[in-house]
Amino acid sequence: MTKRVVIVGSGIGGIRTAQGLRSAGFAGEVIVAGEEPDLPYDRPPLSKAYLAGQDGTEAVALISQADAAAVGITLRLGASAERIRPEEKSLVFDNGEVLPYDVCVVATGAAARPTPWNKLDGVHVLRSLADSQALRDQLRARREVAVIGGGFIGSEVAATARKLGLKVTVIDPLPLPLERTLGATVAQLITELHHRNGVTTLFGAGVDSIDHSGTQLNLRLSTGTTLTTDAVVLGIGAIPNDGWLAGSGLPVSNGLLCDEFCRVQGRDDIFAVGDVARWYNPRYDGHVRVEHWTNAVEQARCVAHNITHSDQLVPYAAIEYVWTDHYDWKVQVAGRPTHDAVATEAVVGDFTGPRPRGAVLYGDSSGALCGAVTVNWPRAIAACRQALAAHTPYAEALQGVTGTRR
Amino acid sequence: MIQVRANVRLCEGFANCLVAAPDLFDLDDEDKVIILQDELDETERSRVEEAIRSCPVSALTIAGA
Repeated sequence: MTKRVVIVGSGIGGIRTAQGLRSAGFAGEVIVAGEEPDLPYDRPPLSKAYLAGQDGTEAVALISQADAAAVGITLRLGASAERIRPEEKSLVFDNGEVLPYDVCVVATGAAARPTPWNKLDGVHVLRSLADSQALRDQLRARREVAVIGGGFIGSEVAATARKLGLKVTVIDPLPLPLERTLGATVAQLITELHHRNGVTTLFGAGVDSIDHSGTQLNLRLSTGTTLTTDAVVLGIGAIPNDGWLAGSGLPVSNGLLCDEFCRVQGRDDIFAVGDVARWYNPRYDGHVRVEHWTNAVEQARCVAHNITHSDQLVPYAAIEYVWTDHYDWKVQVAGRPTHDAVATEAVVGDFTGPRPRGAVLYGDSSGALCGAVTVNWPRAIAACRQALAAHTPYAEALQGVTGTRR
Repeated sequence: MIQVRANVRLCEGFANCLVAAPDLFDLDDEDKVIILQDELDETERSRVEEAIRSCPVSALTIAGA
């Protein structure tokens, strides 16, 4: 009998699991243990509207104390889980407290990959609310910023910093960094969008070292040049927060390994959700770890169901969905547009006019739709997500999107 | 009965609601959410709550909640 569920992690995956337990009718105790003292907050705005200063802290709140209390969710904030003892069914926190559980949900997320260069003032990462606040203050006080890493976070920070009027340079060793997530077609369009907005890109360039002279930072690049700037933002990826599980006997391999029901392998009383979970996705017949907001939400729903319905377990066969905002472009991505299996690609719409709106669909060699990327065209991505879920053939999905009125 | 309200000013067309509950939500020609059923039976509450919580900008609420 499950009397107490303890969720470790107060990000979107943790909070949605707690809420989902209540929606699913769970009547026992629900405790969310968060490392940070801040009330639970949402991360997507931290590189967008919050960083730009358009949103305040209230706009990024995930749940208030009052709303949590109203549905019987206990928020236990400001202490970090240091160890899990699966055989004793308890958690040990850094303040010495021991918390027993009947079911534990690991929702500890991921951390920004730390700097491989010198640790210097003025070099920022962006993951937490505090990170975003610090960077927001810097961007207001400075005139130039260099962003190392041209993935989603780095590219969004670059767009936000440009909007704030800074001189912005993005550096990445890859020739087209967004290609990994968006495919070459849209990655190239966004690079051009950056250029039109005045961002300088130094792609194909590594950073050999960072040092400072006075308040300035000097970046020595692999191309032989040195870039001098006021501030640096690192957007070089994230690593799952699974280090605290070392020595617990739980299976950790770049994330906590779970079965298709999101139960930690070999356990029926420990689940994982969100960025930290590497679960067996039956859709792809393999273990995957996904760092997307929507994945955390959908996985939380599945975990809440499986905790409350142990006799009717539902496998979690998610289809990836993520969005990224650049200037006035809302880019939405579904499925696996950059997977090795991609065999064919079709471009629909118009990316270059005054009101860009288009889609790129990707099919595999079997004739199935395997992914899609859209710009300012929500109905097209919605159609593609539904087509992916229904295993609609590529040709049919393409016809459907082409027929969607623009 | 349950009534779902949409704040179309907040809606950005993420489409998570209609992926969660395609019989309850859709997007209109302006890419804004539309609610397909005015009233829902109480037995639908759990599913409605989950669909509402999948919205990244909290554009959906249950009336009176």
